[in-house]
Amino acid sequence: MNQEQPVISVTRVSRAFGSKTVLKDISLQVNRAETFGLLGPSGSGKTTLVKLLTGIDEVSSGEVQVMGVRMPKLTMLQQIGYMAQSDALYTELSAKENLEFFAALYGLRGGNRTRRIGDVMELVNLQEHLRKRVDQYSGGMKRRLSLAIALLHEPPLLILDEPTVGIDPLLRQSIWKELRSLNNQGTTIVLTTHVMDEAEKCDRLGMIRDGKLLAADTPAGLMQATGSATIEEAFVTYGGGRK
Amino acid sequence: MRIRAITLRILRQFIHDKRTMALMFIAPLLVLSLMSLVFNSNAYKPNIGVSGAAAVFSPALEAQDAAVTSFTTTEQGEAALRDSSIDAFVTVEGNAPSVILEGSNPAATRAAMQVLREAVLQLQPAASVTGLIQPSVSYMYGAEDMTTIDRFGPIMIGVFVFFFVFLIAGVSFLRERTTGTLERLLSTPLKRWEIVLGYVGGFGIFTVVQALLISWFSVHMLGIMMAGSFGYVLLITLLLAITALTLGTLLSAFAGNELQMIQFIPLVIVPQIFLSGLFPLDTLPLWLQRTGLATPIYYGAQALMDIMIRGKGWSSIALDAYVLVGFSLLFMVLNVLALRKHRRM
Repeated sequence: MNQEQPVISVTRVSRAFGSKTVLKDISLQVNRAETFGLLGPSGSGKTTLVKLLTGIDEVSSGEVQVMGVRMPKLTMLQQIGYMAQSDALYTELSAKENLEFFAALYGLRGGNRTRRIGDVMELVNLQEHLRKRVDQYSGGMKRRLSLAIALLHEPPLLILDEPTVGIDPLLRQSIWKELRSLNNQGTTIVLTTHVMDEAEKCDRLGMIRDGKLLAADTPAGLMQATGSATIEEAFVTYGGGRK
Repeated sequence: MRIRAITLRILRQFIHDKRTMALMFIAPLLVLSLMSLVFNSNAYKPNIGVSGAAAVFSPALEAQDAAVTSFTTTEQGEAALRDSSIDAFVTVEGNAPSVILEGSNPAATRAAMQVLREAVLQLQPAASVTGLIQPSVSYMYGAEDMTTIDRFGPIMIGVFVFFFVFLIAGVSFLRERTTGTLERLLSTPLKRWEIVLGYVGGFGIFTVVQALLISWFSVHMLGIMMAGSFGYVLLITLLLAITALTLGTLLSAFAGNELQMIQFIPLVIVPQIFLSGLFPLDTLPLWLQRTGLATPIYYGAQALMDIMIRGKGWSSIALDAYVLVGFSLLFMVLNVLALRKHRRM
C-alpha cells in the first residue's frame, strides 16, 4: 500500500516521571496524509504522548521519529503545527495580535503573513472577530483561534490535543471538513479525543488506556476484530471489559 | 526577528493593560512626591513650657522659634507634659534650671534639647563665646541647604525601578507558564535564549520610558539635587531594571502562582533596600556589610548617589555599571538554564 516512510514512527516508547510510569512500551506509526486519532479517557497518557511527538518532552526509553528525524529536534518544530489542550493565548491581546506574534515566531512576514492570517481565520469562521480582544472570546472561539494559530505556517504535520472541545456541532463538522481537505493536500494529522463518535471519523485509531496502547487500526478494523457494533464497545473489549 | 516578535508582544500587552502601566508610571511618582513632602517639611518647632523663675528663658526660647507656654504652678506644667501637649517643661529649682522632657518622640526631644541649648548659650554670652574662633565651612559635595530627600532621592529612584520591574516581569513570566503560553512558545522553533532576550527587549524599552519619567520628575518637579549628568542616571536605572527583570523572571520559576511571587518581596527586595545605603552601613556587623555587596540595588544606589549628589562621571560609576551588567548576564544565563526544565533543546 504505502511505500513511503511513515511521518511518525514511535518505537517502544516509555515515559516515566520519577517512579510513575505514564507511557509503557508504545509503538505506532502514522502515515502521510492520514488522520490518526488517539482515543482514550483523560489521564490515559494521550497528552504525554503528544508532547513526545512535538519534541517538547523527551522519552525515557525508546525512540520517536518525525519524518525520519529522531526527536526532539529544534528544526523539526517548524514542520509541526501544535494545538495544546489549554488555549495558550495572550488574552489581553486581540486575535490579530496573537496571530501576528505566532506568525512572526514561525518566520512568516509581510504579505504572506497577512494572507495566511486571513486564510486561517476564515477557516475557523472568526474573520469578523479578528480585532476583538481574546478575553472577550467565548470558550469555543478561543479553541478555534488556537486551531487557527496551529495552521498558520502550513505545517505538513498537525498535532492537535483535543481540538474540538467546546465547539458547537455545526462548526465541528465544518472543522472536520477542513481537516479532511488538509489531508487531501498531503497534511498529516494526529489528534487526541475522548469522544467516541469523533474517533470514528479518523482514518486510523490508536486506543490508549493507562499508558498502554491497546490497539491501533482503522475504526472498521477495530470493530470487526472485536465483533462490536460501535467504537465504544470495541474500546471496552480491548480494555479488558469483555463480558 | 523572533526576539523582536516577543519584544513587540510584551509592549502591546503593556499598552492594553492600563492598570499595570499606571502602576509602573504613576505609583513611583506618587510615593516619591510623598517622601519629598515628608522629608522636606520645615524643622519641627518644639513646644516648651516654663513656670516660676524659669520664665526668664521665655524670650530666648522664642528667639529660637520655639512655642513657649507659661504655667503658674509646677503641677500644671507636669500635667501638660503628661498629656503630651508640650515637649519639655523648664523649672528653676534653687539656682539651677531643671528640664523634664516628654521623651516619647526622639525627633521632638532632639528639637527641644537643641532649642534649650541655644537659649542657654544666648543667656550667658560674654566670656564663653567671645573666645571661640569661628571656622570657615565649605562643602566638598552637597550643599548647606541639602535635605534628607536629596540623599534618599537617588536611592529611592533605584529602589522603585528595581521593585516594580522585578514584580511585573516576574508575574508576567509566571503567567506565561501557568496559562500554557510558555509551552506553546516552546513548541515553536524559538530558542530558549531568544525568549530571555525578547523579555529583556520588551521590558528594556518600557523601563527606559519609566526611568526617564521618574528621573525627570525627581529632578525637575521635586527639585531633588542633581549635580551630574542625566544620561548617566538613565544608564544606571536601565541597568538596574534589566537586573531586576532577569532576577524576577528567574525567581518566577520557583513560584507556583502570583501570591508566591509577592512573597519574594520581603525576601529579595526589602533586605536590599536596608543594605542599599539608605541607612549608614559602617556601623553594621562586617558580615552584613559584605552581604550588601552581593545585592544589585546597592551598586545602583551607590552609582546614582555618585552622579546626582557628588556630580561624578563615568570613571567613578564604571565599576558599579559593570557589576550590574555582570548580574544581568548571570541571571540571563540562569534563566536560559531554568527553561531547560520545560524543554531540553
